[in-house]
Amino acid sequence: MRGITKIYPNGIAANQAVDFSVRAGEIHALMGENGAGKSTLMKILMGLEQPQEGEIFLGGEKVSFASPQAAIAKGVGMVHQHFMLVPSLTVAENMVLGIEPKKHGVFFDRAGAVALTKEYSERYGLPLDPNAKIADISVGMKQKVEILKALVRGAKILILDEPTAVLTTRETEELFKQLVILKEQGFTVIFISHKLWEVKQITDRITIMRGGKSMGVHTTAGISEQEISRLMVGRDVMLSLEKEKAEPGGSVLNVRGLNYTNQWGNRMLKDVSFTVRAGEILGVAGVEGNGQSDLVRILWGFESPDSGSVAFEGAEILGEPQSWLRELGISYIPEDRMVYGAAGGASIEENLISDRAWGKRLNKGPFFNAGAIRKECDDLIKRFKVLARSRGQRVGMLSGGNIQKVVVAREFSAGPKLIIAEQPTRGIDVGATEFIRARMVELSRQGAGVLLVSADLAEVMQLSDSLIVMYGGEVVAYFEDTSALTDAEMGEYMLGLSKQSAEELGRAAHD
Amino acid sequence: MFEQIASSVFTTAFLASVLRITTPILFAALASVISERAGVANIGLEGIMMLGALFGVIFSAWTQSAFVGVVGAGLVGVLIGLMMGWFSLKLGTDIILSGIAVNMLGAGGTIFLLFMFTGLRGNSAALDSRMIPALEMHFLEGIPVLGAFARQSILTYVALLCVFLVFVLLYKTPLGLNIRAVGENPHAADSVGMSVRKVKYIALGISGFLAGLGGAYMSMFYSRGFTTDMVAGRGFIALAAQAMGRGEPLGAMLSSLLFGAADALSHHMQGTALPSQLVATIPYVITIIGLSLYAARTIGKVKRARKARAQTATNA
Repeated sequence: MRGITKIYPNGIAANQAVDFSVRAGEIHALMGENGAGKSTLMKILMGLEQPQEGEIFLGGEKVSFASPQAAIAKGVGMVHQHFMLVPSLTVAENMVLGIEPKKHGVFFDRAGAVALTKEYSERYGLPLDPNAKIADISVGMKQKVEILKALVRGAKILILDEPTAVLTTRETEELFKQLVILKEQGFTVIFISHKLWEVKQITDRITIMRGGKSMGVHTTAGISEQEISRLMVGRDVMLSLEKEKAEPGGSVLNVRGLNYTNQWGNRMLKDVSFTVRAGEILGVAGVEGNGQSDLVRILWGFESPDSGSVAFEGAEILGEPQSWLRELGISYIPEDRMVYGAAGGASIEENLISDRAWGKRLNKGPFFNAGAIRKECDDLIKRFKVLARSRGQRVGMLSGGNIQKVVVAREFSAGPKLIIAEQPTRGIDVGATEFIRARMVELSRQGAGVLLVSADLAEVMQLSDSLIVMYGGEVVAYFEDTSALTDAEMGEYMLGLSKQSAEELGRAAHD
Repeated sequence: MFEQIASSVFTTAFLASVLRITTPILFAALASVISERAGVANIGLEGIMMLGALFGVIFSAWTQSAFVGVVGAGLVGVLIGLMMGWFSLKLGTDIILSGIAVNMLGAGGTIFLLFMFTGLRGNSAALDSRMIPALEMHFLEGIPVLGAFARQSILTYVALLCVFLVFVLLYKTPLGLNIRAVGENPHAADSVGMSVRKVKYIALGISGFLAGLGGAYMSMFYSRGFTTDMVAGRGFIALAAQAMGRGEPLGAMLSSLLFGAADALSHHMQGTALPSQLVATIPYVITIIGLSLYAARTIGKVKRARKARAQTATNA
């Protein structure tokens, strides 16, 4: 792939003149943080997206893929992170979907499908029961089905999108063995990952991406983990932000010994403890998928942990309904603003008052006090600079930045003592980003505690007064003062190369 | 009184009426099975049946052939099914809304079409339409149970055959595999280069055909000729039968028989000491009970599955 440039309609340049080349018969790692452009590049290779510029060559021949089918026909196959399988069908049936063998011209040849599955499963050392239903087999097995599905369709190049994210350690080891077998048989594997040790273990070469650009190709043996981490993690643009030094007060939120196993049996949180103090922003940094979102889901009562406690101003809040959390003075800016943050089909006004619609202030007897609501909303729209035609406009019609401003306006104006902000500026424009960050700092300086969870390294490092880093479900580092932190140092913790001692980590609790 | 009911229920004549009443429900239930498995809720069955009933009569009157009437009714059903597909798959309307539209077309539109094509109002009694012949098997008469099959319509046998055919289609052909895949995980189907839209169109077409046959049965055997509102909710009862039969052809047949039996029972209990209004509610009460049982079972299953998953998670 040469000179690939892809700019999405919303103006985000996901790929900028990216060169990417893979040799036949190698396992090639494609590394980078979330949003670095790995997925976009692979979508282009799979024919799911079309680039504005650039060319693709396959074995010396110039190709262009208008659809995934075209890519499959040329021998490019992808194993998606979210499996593309039909649960109630058997392994063999899924294997031949769309290319069903026939019997007597009209009937589905089940025996043929089973035989085909057996043949491929034996040839490539991926043991499977062809007659098992997908719904009944493990995640690791499903992945094997996906790999075989690509092979049956004649794939020579296999793209694996973060294949280990859903696997247990043993399944991961098994997968690696199988990938090596495939490599020995001449297949090419593109391995998307941001886990250093995996990449070190099985890949031959590495392409690292950052901010939509390629940071070069390296042989795995010839590059150190520190070097990879330095190339992967780094800040590109610093937005200016004036921030007074924090003067942390007493503790607002105490999280102690949280352990959590998700529904697939993976341990997502391991003994997580920290404290958010009044008047400070505590950042939670880490590559996505290392337990941060699980942590937030537990704090906001969407999931219950296996063990541990969460106390707000000294009182346990685990298991309390969200309405009570709000009553106590906790605000939440969710990662997925269109699912948990706002109702797209409702008006700005309705979204703004949704947490306070029962309050005396906005009601007159059994009816809304239209005047009070109007005043409140106009005031919020003005204060939070929401760009909209009127307060009656549907939230879904606004731009991402303005939707987020509506969410933030509601959450910040509720007089919170604690704000849980999850990826508060993801995917929104620079202006809205700066505005939201400034308000967050302002609230913290007025005495609120802020827990800022963000995969955007620049954001956490710049905004946080103190910081924890999560890796593999654990808190691996705590920095009480972020001013002296370097990207390189952060990178080592985020990618699991270093871990602080128990004593150092214990300081996060502020007991 | 119960003796009176029991003596009338455990007879070959009762069984014969069950079969007679079940046939149209069974056609529509199978129609619903096909579309449901492809992930399309075809709630327009009632309307398609009405149109099938009307056009069966019209075509058979024009050509003086019951066969052409029945096939014509099926083809009208195909057209309506494809039209629903066009509205929802191509133009993006909600499939439920297209279904409602088809039902309204079936209720009001048939009156208009009847008048337009024949100049008649309300019913087609003045039209010389053909009836579907019964398969006379006199040798079965007098034999318990089997005797019920002695004088059934040919279409009743076709319906029973369709149970088998739909089963074969769903489970033994590539098209059936595609239908099930599309209905369950369209993304998976899409990712292997299958045309989800095409599969849904085909399913809606087959669904329409079956419902059309059910309609033809109504006006060409069950009653003589077309009258307004003659389908009387059978298209909806069929939806319930499909749901209770868990989308399986055989299950749909058994639930259809249950509804047929309830309906037959209500006919047989007219004239007993029970008030006739109460008796007339039997089929509907059975529908509600059946659906409640079905829902309770589904909920129980989901709960158990969730529990099992939680169990494995804690063990891991």
